[in-house]
Amino acid sequence: MSFEPKILGILCNWCSYTGADLAGTARLKYPANLMSVRVMCSGRVDPGFIFDAFKAGADGVLICGCHPGDCHYVEGNYKCLRRIPMTKTLLQGFGIDPNRLRLEWVSASEGLRFQQVVTEFTEQIRSLGPLQLKEWGYTPHQSEAGHPEPQPALNQ
Amino acid sequence: MAKPKLAIYWAASCGGCDIAILDIEDKILDVANFFDLAFWPCAADFKYKDVAAMPDKSITLTLFNGAIRSSENLEIAELLRAKSVVMCAFGSCASEGCIPGLANLTTLKEICDYAYLKSPSTVNPEQIIPQPKTKVPEGEISIPVLWNTVRTLPQVIDVDYIIPGCPPQSNQIAAVIEAVIDILQNGKPLPPKGTVLGATDKSCCDECPRKRDVKKIKKFVRPFSIVPDPDICLMEQGIVCCGPATRSGCGAKCVIAGVPCRGCYGLPSHIRDQGAKMVSAIGSVIDSQDPEEIERIIATIPDPMGTFYRFSLPDSLLRRNQA
Ligand code: FES
Repeated sequence: MSFEPKILGILCNWCSYTGADLAGTARLKYPANLMSVRVMCSGRVDPGFIFDAFKAGADGVLICGCHPGDCHYVEGNYKCLRRIPMTKTLLQGFGIDPNRLRLEWVSASEGLRFQQVVTEFTEQIRSLGPLQLKEWGYTPHQSEAGHPEPQPALNQ
Repeated sequence: MAKPKLAIYWAASCGGCDIAILDIEDKILDVANFFDLAFWPCAADFKYKDVAAMPDKSITLTLFNGAIRSSENLEIAELLRAKSVVMCAFGSCASEGCIPGLANLTTLKEICDYAYLKSPSTVNPEQIIPQPKTKVPEGEISIPVLWNTVRTLPQVIDVDYIIPGCPPQSNQIAAVIEAVIDILQNGKPLPPKGTVLGATDKSCCDECPRKRDVKKIKKFVRPFSIVPDPDICLMEQGIVCCGPATRSGCGAKCVIAGVPCRGCYGLPSHIRDQGAKMVSAIGSVIDSQDPEEIERIIATIPDPMGTFYRFSLPDSLLRRNQA
């Protein structure tokens, strides 16, 4: 069976969510891998949401906001623009491919663009494969049940 | 009446928490008067087997400092949990992993290779790396097994209270001990389980006397490379300060002295991840709307992982390097 990635989409209310809606009303098909959450503004996206999504089992996270200069709250998308590169740096520090996170600008009239972005991102995540987080199912003494940790000191 | 028993233990830690307890000055005499010291390996000679021989729940209070990174740490944590009525994660290592937790950025193999083979001060021509079990003429001897991942105390056993800080400030320790004695002496009710003691639930910025006026910056600087203005927010002067992502309770000592907050009091309850919160805070202070310039400004932050997660990596949302 081929791998179907789970992707969380965080869409701003004023442009991107409306853009996604437009894709729907225009019957543009895009992969069902995207689960979207509506926030008021891309500036509302705390990087913790992104880490939380990966922790909860997402293989990729897509954030969409209004084009620069178009944010309903004037500055929100610039805040997002400044946070995403640093979030990617941290993802790299955690050993997670930063390409699993993407920021795109989608306006309310860009249903077609939304379709393209989601299709392309889904393919990208598919090729990266599933994200399996270590450490989150850990219970003490798992090692005795064959868990790879704790490991003895190496270099026998 | 027999005195209530007190235990203090160190797992993966530096010993600073034990020193901080001694640092409470004459209050330490109250501790000695009121409690019967059941176990404190840092201060006196106790044996694990003495603790194992005690009846369950016979220790009233255990202050456990240090992270859990070996089979020995876990074994003693579980032993003390069984013997104690109240188990307290004491200090940053026990509650969130702290400096030992930075081992989660790499692997056990890399750590052992560096420590025993590659570091410039190592002389190890036979390339010996300690093994959990070794055969000697007299038989087989063993040492505790070191783990690939450092964990916090609440991740491995049930913990009643948390006292944050690296180390917890002595005035806060003294206040907690006073409260404990008061509770035990006067039969007062215990605070609800999970309470964070010896700290507040606001951020370090809340205690910081420096002025903020929403100034934005074009680059970050290292603390030694400028003489910071004594009255203005350090972040607005380009110094990365973890105050916005850190619990208050320390009295903002570092920032008052002109040194940026490093985050040792951990997360206040409204924040879920110190690094994520720092990214938010830094995103608000950068003065640029151009993606390339933003990249350049961010690149002036040295070691973001080690700075934002210096104290809380094992307790963060992603916990360790996943590669
Ligand atoms: S409202 Fe769309 S990005 Fe701010």
